[in-house]
Amino acid sequence: MTDIDISLTPEQQVYRDQLKCGFKQLDAVFADCMEEAEAVFSEQGIADYLSGASLVCMIGRGFEPVLIYLEEMPQIVQCTDESMIKTISQCVWDFSRTPNGKSILPFLQSIPEAARRLGSTEQLQHYIDVIFDMMKRTTRSIHGHVDTIPSDGLPELLNQTTYLLHELSIEGIKNWIDYGADNYRNHPERQKDYFSLQSADSRAVFQRERHGTLFTDNERKLNLYMHGLWQDHDHFVPYSLGFDELRKPKPYYDSLGIRVPDVYDDHAGISGINRYRATIAHIAAHRRWGEAIWADNFSPFQRISIEVFEDSRIEYLAIQKYPGLRSIFQALHPYPIEGSCDDVHSSCLLHRLAMISYGLLNPEHGYKESKINEFIARFHEIMEQGEAGINDMVQLGISYIAQSKQASDSFPNIIFDNTVVDYRDDNRHLWKFIEEGDEEESFDDKKEFERDEHDVDKLPPRHYPEWDYNSKTYRPDWVSLYETLHYKGDPEKINQILAKHDSLAKRLKKMLELLKPQQMVRIRYQEEGSELDLDVAIRSIIDFKSGHTPDPRINMSHRNDGRDIAVMLLVDLSASLHEVPEGCDQSILELSREAVSLLALTIEQLNDPFAIAGFHSDTRHNVRYLHIKGYSEHWDDEVKSRLSAMEAGYSTRMGAPIRHAAHYLENQPADKKLLLILTDGEPADIDVDDEHLLIEDTRKAVEELSSKNIYTHCISLDKKADDYIGDIFGKNGYTVIDHVEKLPEKLPQLFMSLTK
Amino acid sequence: MSDQDIKQYQISEEPYYESQEDEVALYEAAYEARLPVMIKGPTGCGKSRFIEHMAWKLGKPLITVACNEDMTASDLVGRYLLDANGTRWVDGPLTTAARIGAICYLDEVVEARQDTTVVIHPLTDHRRNLPLDKKGEMIEAHTDFQLVISYNPGYQSLMKDLKQSTKQRFSALEFDYPSASVETSIVMKEAGTSEDIAQKLVKIAVTARNLKGHGLDEGISTRLLVYAANLMNKGIEAKAACRMALVRPITDDTDIRDTLDHAIDSIFA
Repeated sequence: MTDIDISLTPEQQVYRDQLKCGFKQLDAVFADCMEEAEAVFSEQGIADYLSGASLVCMIGRGFEPVLIYLEEMPQIVQCTDESMIKTISQCVWDFSRTPNGKSILPFLQSIPEAARRLGSTEQLQHYIDVIFDMMKRTTRSIHGHVDTIPSDGLPELLNQTTYLLHELSIEGIKNWIDYGADNYRNHPERQKDYFSLQSADSRAVFQRERHGTLFTDNERKLNLYMHGLWQDHDHFVPYSLGFDELRKPKPYYDSLGIRVPDVYDDHAGISGINRYRATIAHIAAHRRWGEAIWADNFSPFQRISIEVFEDSRIEYLAIQKYPGLRSIFQALHPYPIEGSCDDVHSSCLLHRLAMISYGLLNPEHGYKESKINEFIARFHEIMEQGEAGINDMVQLGISYIAQSKQASDSFPNIIFDNTVVDYRDDNRHLWKFIEEGDEEESFDDKKEFERDEHDVDKLPPRHYPEWDYNSKTYRPDWVSLYETLHYKGDPEKINQILAKHDSLAKRLKKMLELLKPQQMVRIRYQEEGSELDLDVAIRSIIDFKSGHTPDPRINMSHRNDGRDIAVMLLVDLSASLHEVPEGCDQSILELSREAVSLLALTIEQLNDPFAIAGFHSDTRHNVRYLHIKGYSEHWDDEVKSRLSAMEAGYSTRMGAPIRHAAHYLENQPADKKLLLILTDGEPADIDVDDEHLLIEDTRKAVEELSSKNIYTHCISLDKKADDYIGDIFGKNGYTVIDHVEKLPEKLPQLFMSLTK
Repeated sequence: MSDQDIKQYQISEEPYYESQEDEVALYEAAYEARLPVMIKGPTGCGKSRFIEHMAWKLGKPLITVACNEDMTASDLVGRYLLDANGTRWVDGPLTTAARIGAICYLDEVVEARQDTTVVIHPLTDHRRNLPLDKKGEMIEAHTDFQLVISYNPGYQSLMKDLKQSTKQRFSALEFDYPSASVETSIVMKEAGTSEDIAQKLVKIAVTARNLKGHGLDEGISTRLLVYAANLMNKGIEAKAACRMALVRPITDDTDIRDTLDHAIDSIFA
């Protein structure tokens, strides 16, 4: 190392002595660091700073951590306060006592950014706590005593911190990290995917925690906006701004719908929802007043210019209709500063066009250049004459390019500063092309997606969330549910079952007859009715005696309230159904089949809308929902044949099938909705170790249903069900049938008593 | 019935009414032929005002009955009341109208129960009489008597509809919100406001009417526009007046409320 001038002032020499660190490189930077530190720190602060640096020096990770500490601390303190000097050196020390030494450097590097973003001591302390918490939870040990294996996710997490801090609040970061640390503690590879924002659920949780105005929260409002103010409607398809770093997508629309960003932060004093409205107003104005023109005869410059004038034209018309849009558009439009673009060395065409565009929105633009003012005036002249069309804008655009052309326009060094108007769409709808492209026609286009014969009656999977009681959050799109038609067997089998239970069926029929005259509703205040309504009659007498006019409507009558119940029966078809319970000669599956047949017969006679489905699961990736009877189907051979083929297998993951059944039941027009679940055990699946997880998820699903006015009732054949079933379905929401062989008799009776 | 009594049903001043199409001529012809008339249309579009105007124009007394669920047949035809001397028969509004030759206007008739509505049947066909079975009297309708009912097919539930047998006794006029220019001049005249403000109010109303069926049962009525203009006349700032008179009354749905508030901000910029 060459000798550089490292002369220190006597004061600095004292400081140097206090810093116990022998790295040679330190001498080269010490004077500079101290100069900055002296400007920022108090006397005590400097002492802490030097002892902190000594501590960082002692961890034995080379000079770099010390350098970062010395260089960044003053900045960090400016954003927070001096207590951080000690805290951070102590953190680095604690860090070095874990197996995660490699992450010290990225951790230190992330602190200045975090301090800038979070801007307060408490918040920065939160941030450090969150990182340490994550580290502790994901650092593994071999024998359970001493931590030996470094955290797999931590380096990935620290790589992402800049981005996370930019997009999420500290609470959001905490929730996102908690989710990953909880769910992937024992999966090193998945943990890495999660913390590097690669996996789907990582992105979904991230999305949930983002700040700003989320599209999903406001979709209805935007639809209403489109309907109410623009009498237009189309699908909205959100795209994410979060992950496509290379090229930021812009809003656009085509035959498949309107693409808008999934989130807008407040910007330039305009709220996120109004930014959405600005985008939609712009697009709606294009749709109302615009048309496509042939693109082939224009040069790229001409096209850019035409687009700018056309955007301004439709916005002009929109502002005529809704004057309030002007202030929103104006605030969102970037303000290109005149003369800020160097037109000798770089292409300023976009800059000039943006100035025109801004000048057209804001009459007080204050631009001096004569060409720009001339075209702004020409534009207004055309617009004031009345309905100007796109062709006027084409003329204007072409003539602007012709008159303002500069040699530098075609330079590769294009100035984009303040030229991107982010609420405007990309104008792809404006152009139509005579030739689709230069390529030869390819053969690939014709090839159509060939359907797999196997999957003909299989629907694409539906994804349902699952409740994680540990973190009190939903795991988004966690379960994949496949709905299929149940394959068919022999309907005769069911007819035989019904014949076997003939006497029972007859008894049930008698009970049904009793059910028929249902719920009487009293109609009061009748002048003529079947009974005297004593309350009203007494009131009338009092009125009469006290000299007032009595109310003559002192009778009441009754009216039948029609029965209006939609029912869904969900049958657990897990492997345990094959068991033959003690004292029976039939398996639970056979008994269930008999019970379901009798119930179906009963409900069919009552004419209640009724559906049957079975379910079983083989991990969260494959939950099967087997359609046996739909609401529009009758109790016929088709349904009977499906029921007779009912087979048992796999496990019982209950939440997703319940949610899926609910979405059918929800659409039934009936007053009362009843979901019956027939199961023989607790919710469980082979990919879940925590036995409470699926129980809690099922409980949550039942709660969701009751908020949708669906009443859930479980019929359990598990004798030990009392331990958990009340937690899931509520005190009155279940029946445990101890004598399984009685099931065929019990089930229809139960149904009748439930709906009486 | 004495002249004094009839007089209270006469309309002395001309109610302001801006005709939308040819409904005035149609109504006059229906009255000439003494056909019962049914007026359909959304809330606040001017149904009741139209009838008042026509009664004034024809110089006939007008008896209006606001119908409701608890109304019984005797609320229409009359009943015996008890008094110190025993019982006394009191005519209901329908009977009174038939006796004195008034126009009887049953407002929002579907609100009344169907068995109540049936009592108007004999008055609405060739018989033109009203049997009072409790009193044992048969009233022949006065030659000037006419029955008019109004209802709003929009917001009531499926359960509340008129019976076919009732519907088919009436000739019908269908009202809608007036066209933008007519509505503007109505708001100007009724509230004495400027054309610019009236136009903006109508624009807001159009926005809300587009949302009907998307969570709104009814759009903003002309009546509410007049309310908003009245509030502004009292010195309330335009946006606040619109929120109070146009948006808050018609919806509890926050999404719709926000959209309409935004429309107000955009229009009254």
